[in-house]
Amino acid sequence: MDSMTIIAIVSIICASVTIAVGSIAPALAEGRSVATALNALAQQPDASSTITRTLFVGLAMIESIAIYCLVISMILIFANPFWNHVITQASAR
Amino acid sequence: MRLSPDELILWQHGFVTLNSTIVTTWALMFAMTVGALLITRNLKTEGDISRWQGFVEIVVTGIQQQIKEVGLNHPAKYLAFIGTLFLFIALSNLCAIIPGYEPPTGSLSTTSALAISVFFAVVLFGIEEQGLGGYLKSYLKPTFIMLPFNIISEFSRTFALAIRLFGNIMSGTMIVGILLTIVPFFVPIFMDLLGLLTGMVQAYIFSILATVYIAAATRTRAA
Repeated sequence: MDSMTIIAIVSIICASVTIAVGSIAPALAEGRSVATALNALAQQPDASSTITRTLFVGLAMIESIAIYCLVISMILIFANPFWNHVITQASAR
Repeated sequence: MRLSPDELILWQHGFVTLNSTIVTTWALMFAMTVGALLITRNLKTEGDISRWQGFVEIVVTGIQQQIKEVGLNHPAKYLAFIGTLFLFIALSNLCAIIPGYEPPTGSLSTTSALAISVFFAVVLFGIEEQGLGGYLKSYLKPTFIMLPFNIISEFSRTFALAIRLFGNIMSGTMIVGILLTIVPFFVPIFMDLLGLLTGMVQAYIFSILATVYIAAATRTRAA
């Protein structure tokens, strides 16, 4: 295998592992926070606006971790710096 | 496949490059400015108000209410900044229903610019409210050991703000693009609908986070 093939294989595997593993923890965390918010809403319907706003802000914070993983895997697939480096080296030769 | 609308260059002359992001942003700014001018040309306080005035009043009072609920007691002072952030992001995400349109918020340069302006706004509002010494002292709370962490959090949350908006909008357009090659007939419409919903939620979250950050910076010691 030449270095191009190795880089392609490693990038694709890393991209899928990044998004797969990286979405487990945010999914669990979001489930927990939504369940807790629903409990709080059922107990105190009056405070619904505050709870909902805090829930949204918290969900955004949690979700950004998954989004980081998504951005990393997108970079690995569509804008891979190592891949571009190998391509420029190969074309220069 | 393009990762961001930055790579679509419409016009180039020397070092001046006009890409799709800049042109779309200008078009949105133009539309928002002209729209605001047209609506506010004849405002009325009594009698029948026009439909557009009613709409704008709902939007403005809604934003004001939200700012107040987060804990800023003089919403009028922050309304211009936070309202502009919200309206720009919301409009640029909602316009995705126009065919051929690429949301400028799907480009990391736009979102970084918005996040950096939030970063400076937090510092400026904080200094204005507490004075320079009082604002700098807030980095030493609760103890001076927290100083490096406070500074790191200031930068990392700016970074997070930019990446969050970029990632959400970019992934929305990317998913539609990928689905168009797999199931081009019906399914992309639903993903587009989901993208509109995420776009509105992200506009709300971006502006509410900016409000929370400003509120944290301007909180006086008495409160």
